[in-house]
This record gives sequence, structure tokens and C-alpha cells, in this order.
Amino acid sequence: MKKYWSFFRLRFVMGLQYRTAAAAGMVTQFVWGFMECFAFQAFYETNPAAFPMEFSAMVAYIWLQQAFLAMFMAWMMENDIFEMIVSGNIAYELCRPVSIYQMWFARTIATRVSRALLRCIPILAVAFLLPKPYGMTLPADLGTFLAFAGTMVLGLLVAAASCLLVYVLAFFTISGQGLRIFMVSLVEFLSGAIIPLPFLPQPFRTVAQCLPFASMQNVPLRIYGGDLAGRDMGYAVLLQVFWLVFLVLLGKGLCRRAERRIVVQGG
Amino acid sequence: MITMEHICKSYKVAKRNAGMKAACKALFHREREVVRALADVSFTIGEGEMVGYIGPNGAGKSSTIKILSGILTPDSGRCLVDGRVPWKNRMEHVRQIGVVFGQRSQLWWDVPVADSFVLLRDIYHISQVDYVNQLEELEALLNLGELLKIPARQLSLGQRMRCELAASLLHRPRILFLDEPTIGLDAVSKLAVREFILRLNEEQKTTVILTTHDMQDIEALTRRVILIGKGRVLLDGTLDELRHSMERVRVDSAECAEQPESEGERSLEQVIAALYEKLDIV
Repeated sequence: MKKYWSFFRLRFVMGLQYRTAAAAGMVTQFVWGFMECFAFQAFYETNPAAFPMEFSAMVAYIWLQQAFLAMFMAWMMENDIFEMIVSGNIAYELCRPVSIYQMWFARTIATRVSRALLRCIPILAVAFLLPKPYGMTLPADLGTFLAFAGTMVLGLLVAAASCLLVYVLAFFTISGQGLRIFMVSLVEFLSGAIIPLPFLPQPFRTVAQCLPFASMQNVPLRIYGGDLAGRDMGYAVLLQVFWLVFLVLLGKGLCRRAERRIVVQGG
Repeated sequence: MITMEHICKSYKVAKRNAGMKAACKALFHREREVVRALADVSFTIGEGEMVGYIGPNGAGKSSTIKILSGILTPDSGRCLVDGRVPWKNRMEHVRQIGVVFGQRSQLWWDVPVADSFVLLRDIYHISQVDYVNQLEELEALLNLGELLKIPARQLSLGQRMRCELAASLLHRPRILFLDEPTIGLDAVSKLAVREFILRLNEEQKTTVILTTHDMQDIEALTRRVILIGKGRVLLDGTLDELRHSMERVRVDSAECAEQPESEGERSLEQVIAALYEKLDIV
């Protein structure tokens, strides 16, 4: 386990060294966050009855999403990994006594967490200072906060496991580009990254909520504002655990097959 | 230490002519050719030996190294390295070997070399004491010093290659595979790398297999040479035997006519080139 931990550490430190990228990202995320707040406010004012969430929950959803963008965004994949597969530098990874799957998992989590850590504190600080109705509020109680934190971790693991699936499948297709674009568009839409899942029409919404994509940011962000609570929350957590186990087992299985039949490219 | 028996490996290569018409045709019907990278390769290497593995481009050298280091599974044949079948349990196997691919890098691009080394220490479960000792030794031998503090991307190729060698030896492997370790290096770096490999083999009794196109590498380092071409072992012997067999082959006509030197004075490079042509493996 120690080797994956130090792998995580190295990657984490590397993520922290890109300060300019973080600053640029934060500016984008503020602008984006405000834009979303205004757009949803316009919807809300037209017809509050048709708005599927509390407005304060919606605002919390938006700011949390911006603050932790780096944790959940599907397009934040490890370019190095694709590059390694295409160029054949994967040879060195295979020459190490480490599990490829676990190493890449540690790496994915490390990149995402380090990037999110750099960005989340300023964004959250400002979001809490904003006046009503655009400001963030604290969660209703400690229980809600703990549920939020727990499902956040689970959501991150599910997001990472789905990325890993794309990396592993790239072994079979040589270039990961096609798969990647396909996966990114699916995740963006079905995880609630563009609009929260409650806004989707029925029965599409029920289906979407059962898919693995709904087990990523959808769960924690809605728990925080109180939109997801009680029994529904319980189901959502169970579903997260199920998808995590499923995706990891699938990814590991494929990875083992890939290692058998792999052809390292280049001489 | 290392035995390879009747190892075969073939790849499928997609083929088509250049141009629009051929590209469209390939949409519907793809021509594939099976390339036999290794066709029945067998050899045995004893403990502490240093062997040069040579052959023209595409002869199957890299494929052999990949099989020996457990990252490629052959189609058929038996192979044992230090009592292990390399591809059966990759993780167990690679713990005991060191590999350097001259054309690739194992160092993390964005961080100082020392950070990559610390990661390798943890990956191979090297105790802190062993790590410090080994690092000190390698630092002295390869003259690393300040290089360890520099991010890998800012090292010159020669500096990087010295670091790569050190990285592959931190866990004191008893077998070392070197795939073109001197490629692209200047004379000084080449000599440094050669001397280091030589000392490693003499003092630590590390078994070394070395592929290279640089015949001076072979002359400086190895007593035994295995020549492969088109996936077959064509010659397995000492350098002198290689030269002799060349004389027996007696290259005739054009080739020799252009070269005024007598047979004895021909450089190893010319001998090898003539041999490749004679054996029709280019």
C-alpha cells in the first residue's frame, strides 16, 4: 500500500506546483458560477412552482460544483497516460512491481484532489461572503454535512473509476481519443455537470439517476443543500457503493486482460 | 540464469498503399500481414555474463528484451529468467530485474530526479539504509551530484541517461537489460556509461544483456555476442568468432572492391554490415 501512497504524494505535490493554472481556473469558475446563478434565477422568477429545487439549494449546488470542479470534471483526464500508451512508454510502467490499475487510480485521485484543494478555498470563501440570494449557506445540520463529505469521497472514487475504465480501454483501441470524447459527453450531461439532474424530465430522470454517472457529483452537491435527504439519500449512497465496486472490478478485469495481450508500441 | 527455448512472437501489421484510392479500399478490406518478429529464438546466458545482443533494425532485439522483462507474452516457447517465467507473474519478476530503454524515460518529467528516486525506493520496498548506501555508490560512480536536484526535463540527454541507469539499479537487481543505452550520447557520456556498466558487471557480478547498434559498445563491453536477424539467432559466440565467421563467409565483389583496406583492418562496423548483407537479414 505504501508505494501507492507515495505515488499519490508525488503526484499531489506536482499538482500543487501549477499556481498560474489554478489562478486562471478560479477566475473562470467565478464567472461561470455567477452566470449560472443568474440564469437559474431567471428560470426561478418565471415560474417558482416549476423549479424542482429550493433556490438556496441550487446556489449551493452551483458554488460547490465550481469549487470542486477539478474533482469531478470528466474532461480532466491524465493526458500522460494516453500519451504513454500511444508512444509505448508504458513499457517502463510495466517494468515496475506495481499494479497498473492501482497506480493509475492513485494518480487520478491525487491530481484531482490537489487541483481542487488549490481552487476550492478561495471560491468557497467568496461564495459565503456573497449577499443573498447568491451566497452560500451552511448545511442544515452536522449530519447533513457529514453525509455531504462522505458522499463527496465516494463520488470522487466513482469518477476516478470511470476515468480508469477509459484509460484501460485505450490499451485495446491504441488511441483513447474517441472513447474519451464519448465518455466526456456522457458524463457531462448525465452526472449533472451541465444542469442538475432534478431538472431532467421524467421518465428520463429516473433512468439517469440509476446510472453510474449520477453517483458522482450529483449526490454530494444535492445533499448539501437539502435537496437529497432521508430515504432517497440512503438509496443514492447504496447506488454509489454499488457502482464503485462494479466499475473497479470491471476496470481491474480489463486491465488484467490488457496486460496479457498488450503490444508495447515502438521499437 | 536466463534460458530461452524456441520463443516465437508475431505481430499483425496493417498494410496499405499510399493515396486516397488505397485508403478508401482499406475501409472495406484491410490487408494484414503477419510479421514474425521472433521465429524460434533460443539461447542460454549464465550468471554474471555480459552479452551483446545485436542485429539490424527490426531483427527482434526489442521484442526479446520485452519478453525477458515480462511485458510481452510470446506466442510459444519456453523462457526462464532466474527460475521465473517472466510473463506469468509480472510483478514478482520485475522486482528482481532492472531495465533501461535508451529511447524512453522513466524519470518524472516535472520533478527533480531525486523525487523520482524516492518514489522508486517505495515502489521496490528498499529500506532507507540500503537506499542511502546504494544511492551514494551510484552517485559516485555515475557522477550524479547536483543532477539529482534538477527536474528531468532540464537535463541533457547524457545527464539523463546516467540518471536513468541509476534509477534502474536502485533496487540492486541481479539482472540488467539494457536496450540501446548509449543511443544519441556524446563521446564522453558514452565512455562514462560503458565504464559504469563494465564495473557493475565485474564488481557486482550483475548479469547484463545489452542491445546496441554501436559496435564500439560491443567491443568495449562484451565478450559474447548473439546476432539475430529476421527473428532467428544467426550466431552465438565471441567477437573473434564473429570476425572469423566473417572471413569464412568471404564477402566478394562490389563490397570488397570498393574497400582498399585488407580484411584485417576493416572496422567492426564494416564487418557487421557486410555480414548483415551476406546473411540477407537487412
